[in-house]
Amino acid sequence: MDTFLVNLIAATLRVATPLLLAAIGETYIERAGVLNLGIEGMMFFGAFVGFFVADVTGSLWLGFWVAVLSGVLSGLLMALFSVTFGVNQHVSGLGITLLLGGLSLFAFRLKYGGRSVPPSIEPFPQLSPFKDVPVLGTLFEQYLFTYVAFLVIVPLAWWLLYRTSFGLNIRSVGENPEAADAAGVNVFLIRYITLAIGGGLIAAGGAFLSLAQLGAFTHGIVSGRGWVALALVIFGNWDPVKVMWGALIFGGTFALQLRLQAMGLNLPIPYETFLALPYVVTIVALVIAGRNATYPAALLKPYRRE
Amino acid sequence: MDIVQMRGITKRFGPVVANDHIDFNLRKGEIHALLGENGAGKTTLMRILYGLYRADEGEILVEGWPVRINSPKDAIALGIGMVTQHFALVPPLTVAENVVLGFTDGFVLEKATIEQRVAEAAKRFGLEVDPSAVVRHLSVGQRQRVEILKALYREARVLILDEPTAVLVPQEIDALFETLERLRAGGLSVIFITHKLEEVMRISDRVTVLRDGRVVGTVETARTNERELARMMVGRETFGVRREERAVGEQPLLQVERVCAEDDQGLPALKEVSLVVHAGEILGIAGVGGNGQKELAEVLSGVRRPTSGRILVDGQDLTGATPDEFTAAGVGRIPEDRHAGVVGELSVAENLALEYLEEFARGGMLDREAIRRHAEELIQRFQIKARATDRARTLSGGNLQKLILARVLSRDPKVVLASQPTRGLDVGATEYVRQQLLAQRARGAAVLLISEDLDEILALSDRIAVMYEGEIVGVLPAQDADPERLGLMMSGAVKERQGAYAEV
Repeated sequence: MDTFLVNLIAATLRVATPLLLAAIGETYIERAGVLNLGIEGMMFFGAFVGFFVADVTGSLWLGFWVAVLSGVLSGLLMALFSVTFGVNQHVSGLGITLLLGGLSLFAFRLKYGGRSVPPSIEPFPQLSPFKDVPVLGTLFEQYLFTYVAFLVIVPLAWWLLYRTSFGLNIRSVGENPEAADAAGVNVFLIRYITLAIGGGLIAAGGAFLSLAQLGAFTHGIVSGRGWVALALVIFGNWDPVKVMWGALIFGGTFALQLRLQAMGLNLPIPYETFLALPYVVTIVALVIAGRNATYPAALLKPYRRE
Repeated sequence: MDIVQMRGITKRFGPVVANDHIDFNLRKGEIHALLGENGAGKTTLMRILYGLYRADEGEILVEGWPVRINSPKDAIALGIGMVTQHFALVPPLTVAENVVLGFTDGFVLEKATIEQRVAEAAKRFGLEVDPSAVVRHLSVGQRQRVEILKALYREARVLILDEPTAVLVPQEIDALFETLERLRAGGLSVIFITHKLEEVMRISDRVTVLRDGRVVGTVETARTNERELARMMVGRETFGVRREERAVGEQPLLQVERVCAEDDQGLPALKEVSLVVHAGEILGIAGVGGNGQKELAEVLSGVRRPTSGRILVDGQDLTGATPDEFTAAGVGRIPEDRHAGVVGELSVAENLALEYLEEFARGGMLDREAIRRHAEELIQRFQIKARATDRARTLSGGNLQKLILARVLSRDPKVVLASQPTRGLDVGATEYVRQQLLAQRARGAAVLLISEDLDEILALSDRIAVMYEGEIVGVLPAQDADPERLGLMMSGAVKERQGAYAEV
């Protein structure tokens, strides 16, 4: 097979991984009826916490799991505002994004000061099970997280949502919380749980960027990936498997534009045009898919009994 | 033996006392009607029993034991089930998923297993439903069966039904009553919330009447009658409004000719609808909600464009005209959703002037003094209990409807378009609205009354047209109409078997 194509596919999977983790997390949260606009901040916070803990302790895995924990806590904070206090979800979500963004940069400044070269660590290595086999060797040279995201998280997320009573509860709470409540489902608890799980996955997506892909933490490390994940959830019509296809389309375009830049084609257009390409594709895909989107009916609505 | 006892239940919402020291007992195996006007506190009391509200005072005993019911989960565990007025179903899920929701054993959900279990339960209780059907596609009657099945599946011994007949056609009501009688024979206790006297007499063993949050009394149904219950319910005898027989004018004020229109999804909602309403006539449109009534009202007020056909108001062709042009031509509309007919954040005075702002404008500026005077006059004339400066959203349903009536009827419109004008209103406000409609008829206006309330249609209309799936399936003079016949037409039986019923 063409080396270009093989490399492109391998890169697609890599680029799609953090988006997929975050988008699956957001899917669960939205399926329970909460729009989590804190996603961008939670990813950023996860990326920072992961890097910070790994740098200080020297343990990548400790960094990763503390990052996941930070995501769980951010999710619970979002739950406290939007579920318990019934704050407008746009306000609480954006508030959390601003809070976590600011907090991460502040803490980063305290620890590392202002430097021109960002501090770095030795990142997670890639696995290469087919090391010396052509094509397969390249395709499967991936991070453990990529394997887990595509082969474990997506099928598990789908199965939980559609084949278990837990998933049935989530789907009902997001569609008709009154009905779920009347049937004896604890609406508040379900929303707390999905925000905790979702927050953990979102932060894991962020930590993947700093601990695996980059081995560093920079101001622009997330650069809108949270918002893209938010769009992917709509594109995937709140179905984990379809969300995965969305992540692959975005990842593919992103990997492609990187290669187009690197090829140094002598075109009379600035390289930023290529950078913008994945986002344009996202918008177009969203416009097409969004027309038939069936939103969880209770999305954005705080639940109150009286 | 009392299966449920509620003692001294009090529930306040801010300054309003919804339930004031209510005592209520339910015997094992009885159908107990809970009767009262809107706002009498029936639903509140039952929501307390089902754990959706928490009482401020009082205690609940189930089979003699004091219990705490803090959530529906507690109620279900005690064997209490409730079918609320707005069905608590999740439309995108299947019947089986809805039934087992919150009542699953084990973590993994086997589609085949739950469907089989639900099918067995349906068979045992004689409730015919397809477990694999998606709830969104079911009729209202079928959804109600799912709700009842859901409660019984949870081993309910007490079933609370909140106004279960409000959304059903007469044939479905018969089927529901048969089901309830069968379940009662099997030992189920039923609480039946209603404000319809006829149903109380027909189905209940005992009846408790509530008024203004208090118990007026509990009586054996066999030892009472509709008159006595009505007196208990409203504190006076009601006679309802009566339509005096009078000759209908010759002049057709509203003519609808073969009008077709599509709904929001672009599907045909009106199919060749033709109607004529004469001066001094009330034409009632009967039908189960969602059969094109909403689209008809929208087409006749200019909000929705017909795809074909003609609309004439007093001879003037208004096909495809704007809402403004309809108003100018003398069409007054009382919208289906009265909250959509006003701007809640604006004052009563501003809302009253809303459709005719140009009359209150001088050189682009509003004459606020004129708006206020206009409002004070209408508040007097239509007995609106509000000040001109009150925000519209603070008004009760009855007063809101009076505000809309005042705005529309003070203009002496040639055609009055009334959609569900009394839905959700209490007896007093309902009577007021109906009297106003009859006054319009006496004045010589053409009134098109769209209503799901058959009693209302029968009480007010000179002629009755029945809508089914976007078509007018028949028009009857009022004297030829009765609930059974209309019910058959409303449920589509006539349309499907046009020949068989032609001679009826």
